[in-house]
Amino acid sequence: MALATRADRPPSLIGSVWRSTVGKKAVMAVTGVIMLAYLVAHVVGNLKIFFGAGEFNAYGHWLRTVGEPFLHHEWFLWIARAALGTAVVLHGVAAYQLSRRDLAARPRQYERKRPRASYATRTMRWGGVIIALFIVWHVLDLTTLTVNPNAQEGRPYENLVASFDRPAVTAFYIVAMLALGLHVRHGFWSAAQTLGANSARRDRVLKFLANALALVLTCGFIAVPVGVLTGVVS
Amino acid sequence: MTAYPDYRTGDPVTDTAAPGGPIAERWDRRRFEAKLVNPANRRKHTVIVVGTGLAGGAAGATLAEQGYHVVQFCYQDSPRRAHSIAAQGGINAAKNYRNDGDSVHRLFYDTVKGGDFRARESNVHRLAQVSVEIIDQCVAQGVPFAREYGGLLDTRSFGGVQVSRTFYARGQTGQQLLLGAYQALSRQIDAGHVEMHARTEMLDLIVVDGRARGIVARDLITGAVSTHLADAVVLASGGYGNVFYLSTNAKNSNATAIWRAHRRGAYFANPCFTQIHPTCIPRSGDHQSKLTLMSESLRNDGRIWVPKAKGDTRPPGEIPEPERDYYLERIYPSFGNLVPRDIASRAAKNVCDEGRGVGPGGQGVYLDFADAIARMGRKAVEAKYGNLFEMYERITAEDPYEVPMRIYPAIHYTMGGLWVDYDLRTTVPGLFAIGEANFSDHGANRLGASALMQGLADGYFVLPSTINDFLARHPHDAVPGDHPAVTEAVADVTDRLRRLLAARGDRTPDSFHRELGELLWDECGMARTDAGLRKALDRIPALREEFWRRIRVPGTGEELNQSLEKANRIVDYLELAELMCLDALHRAESCGGHFREESATPDGEAARKDEEFSYAAAWEFTGTGSPPVLHKEALTFEYVHPTQRSYA
Amino acid sequence: MDLTLRIWRQRNADEAGAMTTYRVTGISEDMSFLEMLDHLNEELILAGDEPVAFDHDCREGICGACGMVINGQAHGPERTTTCQLHMRHFSNGDTIDVEPWRAAAFPVVKDLVVDRSAFDRIIGSGGYVSVPTGSAPEAHATPVPKPVADLAFEHAECIGCGACVAACPNGSAMLFTSAKVVHLNVLPQGGPERESRVLGMVDAMDDQGFGGCTNTGECATACPKGIPLQSIATMNREYLRASLKGGRRR
Repeated sequence: MALATRADRPPSLIGSVWRSTVGKKAVMAVTGVIMLAYLVAHVVGNLKIFFGAGEFNAYGHWLRTVGEPFLHHEWFLWIARAALGTAVVLHGVAAYQLSRRDLAARPRQYERKRPRASYATRTMRWGGVIIALFIVWHVLDLTTLTVNPNAQEGRPYENLVASFDRPAVTAFYIVAMLALGLHVRHGFWSAAQTLGANSARRDRVLKFLANALALVLTCGFIAVPVGVLTGVVS
Repeated sequence: MTAYPDYRTGDPVTDTAAPGGPIAERWDRRRFEAKLVNPANRRKHTVIVVGTGLAGGAAGATLAEQGYHVVQFCYQDSPRRAHSIAAQGGINAAKNYRNDGDSVHRLFYDTVKGGDFRARESNVHRLAQVSVEIIDQCVAQGVPFAREYGGLLDTRSFGGVQVSRTFYARGQTGQQLLLGAYQALSRQIDAGHVEMHARTEMLDLIVVDGRARGIVARDLITGAVSTHLADAVVLASGGYGNVFYLSTNAKNSNATAIWRAHRRGAYFANPCFTQIHPTCIPRSGDHQSKLTLMSESLRNDGRIWVPKAKGDTRPPGEIPEPERDYYLERIYPSFGNLVPRDIASRAAKNVCDEGRGVGPGGQGVYLDFADAIARMGRKAVEAKYGNLFEMYERITAEDPYEVPMRIYPAIHYTMGGLWVDYDLRTTVPGLFAIGEANFSDHGANRLGASALMQGLADGYFVLPSTINDFLARHPHDAVPGDHPAVTEAVADVTDRLRRLLAARGDRTPDSFHRELGELLWDECGMARTDAGLRKALDRIPALREEFWRRIRVPGTGEELNQSLEKANRIVDYLELAELMCLDALHRAESCGGHFREESATPDGEAARKDEEFSYAAAWEFTGTGSPPVLHKEALTFEYVHPTQRSYA
Repeated sequence: MDLTLRIWRQRNADEAGAMTTYRVTGISEDMSFLEMLDHLNEELILAGDEPVAFDHDCREGICGACGMVINGQAHGPERTTTCQLHMRHFSNGDTIDVEPWRAAAFPVVKDLVVDRSAFDRIIGSGGYVSVPTGSAPEAHATPVPKPVADLAFEHAECIGCGACVAACPNGSAMLFTSAKVVHLNVLPQGGPERESRVLGMVDAMDDQGFGGCTNTGECATACPKGIPLQSIATMNREYLRASLKGGRRR
């Protein structure tokens, strides 16, 4: 009969969300927001550098003791690292898969191209790649200290200053932070849109917040190498 | 009346389907008396529906819901694009939500009277009855009609009617209703109950043993000509206004489906009843490809005028008040600018013929909002007409807040169409015609906001009931695909396409279409004369002959070939135009959209001749260029007694 | 005015296409863009060439049939449909590039004609209210607040032209799909199928090969009917809500 509906297939929430473009974007949005929250905490911690090696190193030490005695030493740090690592991987894999799909959906470009959207919007993919590469370097440099010239466990202040004494590293860092700013600028508003939090009324507020976050994060992070460069931090 | 040698008069035709009895009970009676098809048997029946507008879309969806196997066609790339989508104003329904004295009977009365007493009472009454169900159906589908702050539906008065019975969705009522039908149809397509063939055009009707059993269609992408067989065929292919070349119809709207059906035996009724809409944007030059309508509501506040002096080329702002002729207010003081469509159109033509028209070629009159702006303020005018003003400005690059609009009448709707009985059956058994494709409900003139009502009434409610009766009486039996009637129809179609491609002449399809359109507009447009119609009847066969000699169609038939599509439609227009002129010539009276200059009152108003012409003229085809046979369906008026319209 | 046109010509879906240059003269600024192409086609026919195929029908900006990318912009420089674009927006001597919609889900049929049937399949996957003819309750049984009705209307205005897909760098149909989802999901009449509709339509959209949304906003900028970008956010919300509720796919 005309009114019959099709048999249901068993819905698996995770599977169906991950399969659809909208769901996968939601995963990107959620992981993006998690990483963004982390970055806000990160930049606050970074700014302690301007209050001297003592305070900064003590902060670094405290991070390993958070949650004690409920949590064992460094457990908090590892939980955070696991969460962040998962977020980075999910964000990256979703971005990769969606990008593949998006490129396939427009197999041929227009003969006459015209500048589109904002710079931030257009640079999400390459910006993301730069940031991903930066994260690898950043972890090797200041977490595992593999490529750090100072490489003293428990002395983040000294490690950091040593790292930024290399102009090439400083340059790469600044470029990556600019990319991050652009990424956050579009990404934050985009996440709100993807998670359905945007509306005609909220649009301006969200765009303002996105710009403010991008600016604060970029300036906050860049302040550190600039401090080293100008000798304020040494 | 056999004063003209160009046709024969045959036996009268009668509607045998309408039951007798009190008019308000006829539809119930008919539905009760109709035989039904067992639900389990319905899927064995295939019904072809041609067209996906309001009538076709609604019919396809509803028949599929009932369990029939529907095979549907449209020439557009999607069923959502049928030209019903362009209807602006609204849809009438006798809901009487306003408590302003409306009723089914009043809608019935207004429609019969508005049609200048050339429509069948029982059909019109049913239309008025069904109108209330249409609104319910569309609201349930999610059609976003305009609403009041209380959340209830808003209505407005439309087209000079004294009750507010027109439901609307801003200026896009047709779009919203069509999308409702399209969505219902899409649901059935997805469920596999409707087999949809988009970009496929019906090119002929297959009649086997006197019964419509299928169609020949061409896939517009591949050019493949195929046959589709069924138990019944429903034509919902719209009107034939495009025969005039310039009209408010979509560019590809065409008469081929109904004309081919006519050639196969379906009578064509009242072809000369065409409606001309007074408020269209005038043509801007020879390049004009179609005309755009602006809602009639503009006449509520705009004042129509032309300069008093002939050939006055001053800009409108420089023509002082005493030198302006507000001719509608002058001639029709009580109705003024709100006179019915046909009268407003004809008056515009008259002043332009006098040489007082404005704009390019003197084919326009001013519709001036200066007084309205002064009275209501620019803001209020903007709120009411902003989108129309914007549309006007986009097309003409003139700002109607500063300079008066220019308007001119244009062909808009065709009341004529395939003759159908109360069951919407044509004279070919198994062939039904619904919506604008049939002739049934509007008589000689259609009221505003009634086209949408009729299309949906036919599609959702009338046809799905009446077709049951036919199918129940004709148990399914398959027609062999190689039946001689099938192969003959295919051969006809392919032969015609081949001839068009082979001609390799020196004129484009459009050049012929334009020429035919101009001829019809001049001689069979707003005002018709015996001499003019005879002139057109002389010219059309010559044009037809020239067409086949000089037509040039590039490309092949095995691909998307839009020139071939056009040329193939023009072949039918060239025959239809002749019948229109003949019908207009034989109907030596003025009624509704058909104004014969010889049949006018002393003040130049239309004079109907009920003693001679109170009938629908149903024409039978006898061959290209050979005299058709006229079958008259006498019209009787038991409930609404004919009166002469007066708007002075 | 005289113009140079560079138009994408492609015989059919299988053959490769290329930009071909034509000169047109004597173009009136009152012509619509399509009338300018009509003019070119008349000349091409008489010169023994094949006219340029393009979709068009109502020519009043409501059927959604027409659509071409003009100088890199869907429907050209004005925010309207191609049929309502007039030549007064161009200047004498201009070179105008005309291309078909480009998206994997809209394969080129011929010249400027593309196949948009994927849109129909999206609608068929839930873009309706299941209300068989005759089963509707009285129209006034459910009042709909005016702001809700207006919101529904704003989204119901979509003409399905495909400019959103053409303009989107990802060939995404999010704006088209969200317009229908929002239209029906905000109305009480659409309530019972609220979840299955959005899930079904998003699935269909993905199945048809459209790209995903990267929130560039190109679609809303190109939309001749002004469907707002926020409608995509609303659809996302509806989708996530339906997924979290374990909404029933059809």
